[in-house]
Amino acid sequence: MTLFEAIILTIITASTPLLIAALGELVVERAGVLNLGVEGMMIIGAAAGIAAAITTGSSTLGVLVAVLAGMALSLVFAALVLGLAANQVAAGLALAILGLGLSGVIGAPFVGVQRAGIGKIEIPWLSDIPFLGPLLFRQDPFVYASVALVIGVWWFLTKSRAGLVLRAVGENHAAAHALGYPVRRIRLLAILFGGGCAGLAGAYMSLVYTPFWTSGMTGGRGWIALAIVVFASWLPFRAMVGAYLFGALTILQLHAQSAGVPLPSQFLAALPYLITILVLVLIMRARRGGVAGPASLGVPFVPDR
Amino acid sequence: MQASPPLLAAEGITKRFGALVANNAVDLKVAPGEIHALLGENGAGKSTLVKIIYGLLRPDAGRLVWRGAPVQVESARAARALGIGMVFQHFSLFEALTVAENVALALDGAESLDEIAQRLSETSRAYGLPLDPKREIWRLSVGERQRVEIMRCLMQDPSLLILDEPTSVLTPQEAEGLFATLARLRAEGRSVLYISHKLEEVRRICEAATILRGGQVVAHCDPRAETAAGLARMMMGGDVVPIRHDHIEAQGPVRLAVSALSLPALHTHGIALANINLELRAGEVLGIAGVAGNGQDELFAALSGEELAPHAGAIAMDGVAVGRAGINERRKRGAAFVPEERLGHGAAPAMRLTENALLSGHATNGFLRHGLVDRAKLTDFVGKVVRAFDVRKGPADPEARALSGGNLPSWGVDAGAAATIRQALMDLARAGSAVLVISQDLDELLEISDRLCVMFMGRLSPAMPTAQATRESLGLLMGGAGMAA
Repeated sequence: MTLFEAIILTIITASTPLLIAALGELVVERAGVLNLGVEGMMIIGAAAGIAAAITTGSSTLGVLVAVLAGMALSLVFAALVLGLAANQVAAGLALAILGLGLSGVIGAPFVGVQRAGIGKIEIPWLSDIPFLGPLLFRQDPFVYASVALVIGVWWFLTKSRAGLVLRAVGENHAAAHALGYPVRRIRLLAILFGGGCAGLAGAYMSLVYTPFWTSGMTGGRGWIALAIVVFASWLPFRAMVGAYLFGALTILQLHAQSAGVPLPSQFLAALPYLITILVLVLIMRARRGGVAGPASLGVPFVPDR
Repeated sequence: MQASPPLLAAEGITKRFGALVANNAVDLKVAPGEIHALLGENGAGKSTLVKIIYGLLRPDAGRLVWRGAPVQVESARAARALGIGMVFQHFSLFEALTVAENVALALDGAESLDEIAQRLSETSRAYGLPLDPKREIWRLSVGERQRVEIMRCLMQDPSLLILDEPTSVLTPQEAEGLFATLARLRAEGRSVLYISHKLEEVRRICEAATILRGGQVVAHCDPRAETAAGLARMMMGGDVVPIRHDHIEAQGPVRLAVSALSLPALHTHGIALANINLELRAGEVLGIAGVAGNGQDELFAALSGEELAPHAGAIAMDGVAVGRAGINERRKRGAAFVPEERLGHGAAPAMRLTENALLSGHATNGFLRHGLVDRAKLTDFVGKVVRAFDVRKGPADPEARALSGGNLPSWGVDAGAAATIRQALMDLARAGSAVLVISQDLDELLEISDRLCVMFMGRLSPAMPTAQATRESLGLLMGGAGMAA
């Protein structure tokens, strides 16, 4: 394997958790809910996932528990913002902090326990294609799942009737309610989907990316996922571009550091964040006159019944 | 002769919101093929009643009878299944979605989006309300949006169509188009429940009327057999004192001058201001008419200092350039601003108090030397007054939100209070202030303004003396006809 291939492979692995978490949040925000607690749900997924995997010895169970843990935490958020119509920003921030703290408790007994990561799936024939084969068809199941998720979310939002209703709820919840749609139930399902995706992204961190537990191991990826959703203008394929852009920058700056680029390493480490913010601002400016975010995003909904 | 059962009968409908009885034993009968008016002042309980009929609210007592059989309307979906369609007063469209998607959301069948788009363009052409199914709502004019709302109902093939204050957002010419559509619906045997407080309109197009006052039915009548004054008396429970007004040509000094003001749109769905010129003199009321969303918000923001003008000379107060000055600086120069209420409506219990506070406050502390008063609608006034004292502390005033909750009838300006407010504005002008009123309500503007301008697509027509303005000429301007590019 050449260095170039290796770099691309690591970029894919670095981008996948961002992409999965961002897709979940994208659906949540399209339904008009701003859940800033992605980081918290992600790390609780990472902790619960590896705890379950080590305890049971099954990676599959680990993944399942991670998804459920993410959903469970998002349920707390849903109870606050849907049930009590609490401020979504405050509730989301609280969720991020709660998740970080709780993950430390769950992960404490498993600090330093090593286990083999989830293996890669080789697709016969296709994986033998020179260069492209190993990159595209010799990946772990999460990578395939993340691509399927992009297509699935895109199809759901643009082609399916349920997706149309979800967008309508995010656009104007009062009007959706007036038409007789169950706004809060739809939002609950969206929030649970977002929680599940964040949990899955967390499982990727602790079961594949660095297959052991250290506290705070998501390292702010949840926040980046949030930024990617905005950067992507709430569109799934653009979210994929955004996730891979950030993933690539992260990996490339590591290589730049080891290659001895004459810039302070702190600056290089900050570069992916700076460039992502820059791109975000440029895209926002270029989109003047187009459609901005979901119009009801972040606005609490109280039915007038 | 045995009459056929009414299409819809509401019997003894009662609905309470806390201490307020919004509907008190209301009876209503709509015959097949009838255009039935539901008349009443704001807060009389009209919206509550139709929300019950459309399944959005549940009555505390009483029942609905559909084609002679009692029914429970549990949801809007159930209402649609019966054949009831509703066009809302405040549009319930989804800005970022296309026309076809908006229509699809109100249809419960299994049609695909393409089939719906196809049927929509055929049906809309057949009714003379052509629409492009692929356009997003935010690109449409207010009149076109109402078409979408009406088509959305007609696509469900309803037997009863409920229209909530449909002409309040239309130019007179657009309203004519709507009346033609209604006549066609009646010819097809459909019934229309037409909610309004515009008496002349009701007398023209409706053959039956139910009049509500304070949540109770005060009369069932044939509006064609009544005079407008008679209907008004029933609606308001007494004679309305006509406003004393003599339109004058103000000769005072220019308090506010706007010259060649242009401003980009505030947000993606906003309107850019283009070359606005106006002069406001001491002692006059200048009215700015126009259908909502033609740049009134942007103009108000520019005048108040919420948005700064590109250069200081664009706006001058008492001859001093203030285009780059902030809100407080303009206030110190003697300007006062009453913004449009954006949340909904204030609370009835607070009304008298705040209203008096505003009026006396203005009069006693001389705060309003040249008052700039923006009023989108007379009926929104209470809410605006509530906000007049903490303008721009952010849109989410929790109390107002808690109290508004959609379109609760727990508010309302009775006709007497409305007249008081209008009179107060005019007295203010006569006392030497300069008053600018932005409103969609032509009648209101014709009544209180000395001069009138019309806004259309971010441009402002030259001011004309009110004495020379007619509803027709204003209506043409509101529709963009005869406006210099």
